[in-house]
Amino acid sequence: MDKFDRLTGIAAPLPMINVDTDKIIPAKWLKTIKRTGLGPALFEAIRYRKDGSEDPDFVLNKEPYRKAEILVTGENFGCGSSREHAVWALHGFGIRCVIAPDFADIFYSNAFKNGILLVKLPQAEVDKLMEDAEKGENARLTVDLERQVVIRPDGEEIPFDIDAFRKHCLLNGLDDIALTLEKDKDIQTFEGGQKTATPWLYR
Amino acid sequence: MAAPKTLFDKIWDSHVVRQDEDGTCLLYIDRHMVHEVTSAQAFEGLRLAGRKVRRPDATLLVCDHNVPTTDRGARIADDDSRIQVETLEKNAAEFGLPYFPLTDIRQGIVHIIGPEQGFTQPGMTIVCGDSHTATHGAFGALAFGVGTSEVEHVLATQTLIQKPAKNMRISVTGRPHHGVGAKDIILAIIGKIGTAGGTGHVIEYAGEAIEALSMEGRMTVCNMSIEGGARAGLVAPDETTIAYLKDRPMGPNADEWDAAVAYWKSLPSDAGATYDKEVTLDAAQIEPLVTWGTSPEDVLPITASVPDPASARDEAKKRSMERALEYMGLTPGTRLSEIPIQTAFIGSCTNGRIEDLRAAAAIAKGRKVADGVRALVVPGSGLVKKQAEDEGLDAVFTEAGFEWREAGCSMCLAMNPDKLAPGERSASTSNRNFEGRQGPGGRTHLMSPAMVAAAAIKGHITDVRDFD
Repeated sequence: MDKFDRLTGIAAPLPMINVDTDKIIPAKWLKTIKRTGLGPALFEAIRYRKDGSEDPDFVLNKEPYRKAEILVTGENFGCGSSREHAVWALHGFGIRCVIAPDFADIFYSNAFKNGILLVKLPQAEVDKLMEDAEKGENARLTVDLERQVVIRPDGEEIPFDIDAFRKHCLLNGLDDIALTLEKDKDIQTFEGGQKTATPWLYR
Repeated sequence: MAAPKTLFDKIWDSHVVRQDEDGTCLLYIDRHMVHEVTSAQAFEGLRLAGRKVRRPDATLLVCDHNVPTTDRGARIADDDSRIQVETLEKNAAEFGLPYFPLTDIRQGIVHIIGPEQGFTQPGMTIVCGDSHTATHGAFGALAFGVGTSEVEHVLATQTLIQKPAKNMRISVTGRPHHGVGAKDIILAIIGKIGTAGGTGHVIEYAGEAIEALSMEGRMTVCNMSIEGGARAGLVAPDETTIAYLKDRPMGPNADEWDAAVAYWKSLPSDAGATYDKEVTLDAAQIEPLVTWGTSPEDVLPITASVPDPASARDEAKKRSMERALEYMGLTPGTRLSEIPIQTAFIGSCTNGRIEDLRAAAAIAKGRKVADGVRALVVPGSGLVKKQAEDEGLDAVFTEAGFEWREAGCSMCLAMNPDKLAPGERSASTSNRNFEGRQGPGGRTHLMSPAMVAAAAIKGHITDVRDFD
């Protein structure tokens, strides 16, 4: 997994609420058997016109947001389907951090497994960052995971909370599965006990 | 005496392999269902790392999302869909995993076949790379959707790294009126709590109206927990649950049955258990419901009209309503019962079970689908299809002008040939009315199976209570 420690980059404003994962990546793209190559399909239905050309009004089709690495958006981002393709599409485009008042649960887990940091902040703070993100070439934010702050263009620092385990994994780019396999003895002990107590769970 | 526990607490506590100081748990997973869309990358990960599947006996594979619902024996025409299905078949063989092929009568939508086979049981932890895994919570199992990275984690370790969710209880008191069923109950709940109302929580559904539901109805309710933001929904196991599970092929053996039942009966929440959030609804107040917008929370009684964005609670919601109405091609003030439809879809993991087909057939019987309406009935599994045919429901549907299809996810999501054309409007028993969900530019109105059948007959959304 990619590490994430500190990022300074262009922040794109997407002032929409309840952005679902069908909107982030429509189902026809879920037929891939790879994790890569989904960046061009990110937000397909609102990013392209019916004839397939780019919609010049959509934020990620404008400079400097074509190079955006941070997305600032509304409440309940990533709701709906569990498709990790939504995260792969964001990653494929180059987004490494999303800032919103809250996120849907499954999307939240998926993002951290792919080296994308999700920052939850109160609506009033998101509103300030949304204004910053509207500033075109000056829409540059810094996200410092170690210190748990978002730094605005004027230098103001906004602190955020994050689960200690997720932070640790992201800072070090750790592979969850390898970590868990180190605990194989614990898993075996658990299975032994369960097999005795509820044997019908083992077929 | 130990503190009273909720059903969720009991299942959680009995599956913690180890807990770290910060509260992060390694949670054991009893059952893992795998479908073709969210698993290929996980198996590839195992292959690259030289890892095996830890519990083939606790794993079950099936294809549902990409599957055409017409000719089951034919080669899948779409290359990408066919490759995805073939990839799952190869992975089943390579890793030695149980798999129901497309020609097997047990094939069907993953959330329908698990319960049908008895693979799903009370007190279990169950995951699948699919957000509607919440369906299995109807049995009092902790069942939730995961992404592909977590699919790989479960395949390799039979565990997940998790923190406990919060407890939420939704009590539906009293009994619903005639014409109101499980789908209306869950739509009413989502309308009340909103699409993020259950985020971070596991919802336990309780109360007289929930207890009175069949297992099919409870599955419909739990299925849409995710549309209320909750990763999982639960109903306490009771005699209805036990009767459903008796003699299921993958359930407990005869000599284990009594012990299993005794265990299941120990699971319901203790008296005095507390919840982080409580919501109560009166079933008698619920009318047949219909969605008008592009979020499942955009729901109103069939007697209502399309709402005006001017009435929105804030600017963000107003903008989102305006966008939804533009996408849906609707004008504020239009009566919901005057909206014409071109397609009617009965099926999906929400409403593709036998009881759903019976409810729709009761409306369709002796009537005709309106001119210009395409109406599809898609059973949730090969076994549901067979049972419906044994009951003569297929004849009721085909005589009325409905198409009778093979099992699959079909028009719930646009991954197989069943989809809406741009601008086409559907009455649908599925679970999501997101933009483009049933096909790019398609317009979805969610409702119960009886309401969809009624809309198919009338050619417009209509009140099923007028059909007696």
